[in-house]
Amino acid sequence: MSDLAIRAEGLGKRYRIGTAAKRHDSLRDALTNMITAPVRNFRQLRGGGVDGAGDEAGVHWALRDVSFDLRDGEVLGVIGRNGAGKSTLLKVLSRITEPSSGRAIVRGRVGSLLEVGTGFHPDLTGRENVFLNGAILGMDRAYVERRFDEIVEFAGVAKFIDTPVKRYSSGMYLRLAFAVAAHLEPDVLIVDEVLAVGDAQFQKKCLGKMSSVSKEGRTVLFVSHNLTAVRTLCTRAILMRQGKLVADGTPGETVGLYLSEVREDLRERVFDDPATAPQNGAGIVERVRLRQLDDEESDELTTESSFAIEVDYRTREPGAFLGFTVVIHDAENNIVFSSIGNREPRWYGRPMPLGRYRSTCTIPGNLLNNGTYSASVYMFGQGFRDMQFMNDVLRFEVADSPAIRGDYFGALLGAVRPDLTWTTDVLSEASA
Amino acid sequence: MANLTLENAALPRVVPAETQPSEPHGDSRPEMVIEPAARWPRVDLRELWTYRQLLFFLVWRDLKVRYAQTVLGIGWAVLQPLLSMLVFTVIFGRFAKVPSDGIPYAVFSLAAVVPWTYFSTAFSTSSNSLVTSANLISKVYFPRLVVPIAPVLAAIVDLLIGFVVLAALMMVYHVAPSPAAIFMVPLLVLLMAITATGVGCWLSALNIQYRDVKHLVPFLSQIWMYASPIVYPVSLVPARLRPFYALNPMVGIVEGFRSVLLQSGPIPWRLLGISAATGTLLLVGGALYFRRTERLFADIA
Repeated sequence: MSDLAIRAEGLGKRYRIGTAAKRHDSLRDALTNMITAPVRNFRQLRGGGVDGAGDEAGVHWALRDVSFDLRDGEVLGVIGRNGAGKSTLLKVLSRITEPSSGRAIVRGRVGSLLEVGTGFHPDLTGRENVFLNGAILGMDRAYVERRFDEIVEFAGVAKFIDTPVKRYSSGMYLRLAFAVAAHLEPDVLIVDEVLAVGDAQFQKKCLGKMSSVSKEGRTVLFVSHNLTAVRTLCTRAILMRQGKLVADGTPGETVGLYLSEVREDLRERVFDDPATAPQNGAGIVERVRLRQLDDEESDELTTESSFAIEVDYRTREPGAFLGFTVVIHDAENNIVFSSIGNREPRWYGRPMPLGRYRSTCTIPGNLLNNGTYSASVYMFGQGFRDMQFMNDVLRFEVADSPAIRGDYFGALLGAVRPDLTWTTDVLSEASA
Repeated sequence: MANLTLENAALPRVVPAETQPSEPHGDSRPEMVIEPAARWPRVDLRELWTYRQLLFFLVWRDLKVRYAQTVLGIGWAVLQPLLSMLVFTVIFGRFAKVPSDGIPYAVFSLAAVVPWTYFSTAFSTSSNSLVTSANLISKVYFPRLVVPIAPVLAAIVDLLIGFVVLAALMMVYHVAPSPAAIFMVPLLVLLMAITATGVGCWLSALNIQYRDVKHLVPFLSQIWMYASPIVYPVSLVPARLRPFYALNPMVGIVEGFRSVLLQSGPIPWRLLGISAATGTLLLVGGALYFRRTERLFADIA
């Protein structure tokens, strides 16, 4: 027990869910309902939506029999779909809500960050909010005072520190809120999705801070949808599904399991309805599709397969200028590469008559590594303006292939798996 | 920054629910057990005390924010009781000719309006406090009792301003307080704070579950005012009914204020005793009920 930071034993959290409202078919029904409603409402509200002793059908277990141990210095990632119970678990462990069953032992001072800027008041100045938020997060005043300059500098809002935060841009607001949170130094840190907000630069800063926290040997429990963050920051990860803990292992294994659970191939998207189809001033997209090139029989895409991404579209007026960009993302939404169709020889840069067209981007084999990818297609008009983004329009799995593995059977690192040339030359021979 | 120098005591960040003094590795970290709470959890005053810094910050926030972006600012604290007093003096003093124990009606009513305004503000804001702090409750742990207590403390500032206005009016009418006021006024304020916190605990906990309370509070405040000797003297109530009348804690309190500030009569110890008892009962019951329903707050806020 001496190096345990958290021990959860059969944690459960039960909610009672409301039943759908009844329909009234007659005025009499409606009137009767109006009179009896208070009684019914009272019964329902009294249960508070929680811990209802009622029938099992109306009960939802947001968390069910969750047990795990977390040792000092471990950084545990918690992943799962929305509604899998991740946030409920954090709320129970940070004592915001109590479990319906089971128990947990937490050793050391706990700091929980389920949101940045909790308790920030728009009418208070940045300075005042730093102190208020600090107090809410459980930091003592003397500590906040000592670290105040550091916090302001980290946030980069020194000039506006005496301005009410309602006049801040949303970026400034977030940076200040995060800066306070980042200076929380508990023994056990519980963090929820705080990284999911803000711009890319801000997220980078947050991740940097998280990374330094985890390197300091602090115990961290971290819920995130950012799988790269989980993979790089965590020493262990658990997967939750429907309130239950279904996997506990290295971040790589758990993330992989999660991906196989959520990802399914989506190789074709047809846009039937011209009203909702992606379009810009020049054209309307009718279909986006991934087509396997070398082996039409098998529908399995491997690291050696070449494939094409085809965009079928129709021009809106004679003389339209249209072009496309294909962007490939990996499972963690990092861009692997992008390709602009501006060297397409036949039609690019030329006015297109009214009609239906197909633009094809061919992607060679031995380029992508194995894993799950998604493709986004951007449509643009003349001069790369009038952009229409079709984000994550396709999704596909690239399976491992023995092609360039040689005698190695382990994992090949990286987002790409190019077939590169190796040579070895003798520079000098040792004389025997 | 001057506003921030409220309290300097160090705040332990997490309160141990259970400590193990003899850890084999000399590990002195606090250990906390999280489990389903008892049906009637006790009111943990020690924990509440360790979170006093947060309480002060919430009070301070309420004060900072209350008159933000208003033209009159703190002037409202002066204007509100004065206007009420004016209306009462014209309607009840002049038109209805309500007796006022031989004291000029303006002073007579203001001496009650000032504490009443405090009490009414305190219990109303306290009743709504949990709902308005829903975001805080669902994101951070702290003893929830802090929430309904903070507005009761914050309202004291307006009360003090009200007393200054009252003192001015007393000078105008040449009414002098009795020497007992020095210890009686703080005592009466404390009694009001206790009562307001008690009512606040009850109503805020009910409010988060049944939002009907929000609609009830302004109405309750109005009824309660007429059930207390604000616009009329206690002497108007038949003597044999007074013990029941005094079950309303504000009866003893308001009568107490008048007796020490305006020397309208002897200190009504009997009424005060009953009021103190009901006020304390309200607080104890309220705190227990609050603690009992507390576990639902984060889920239904």
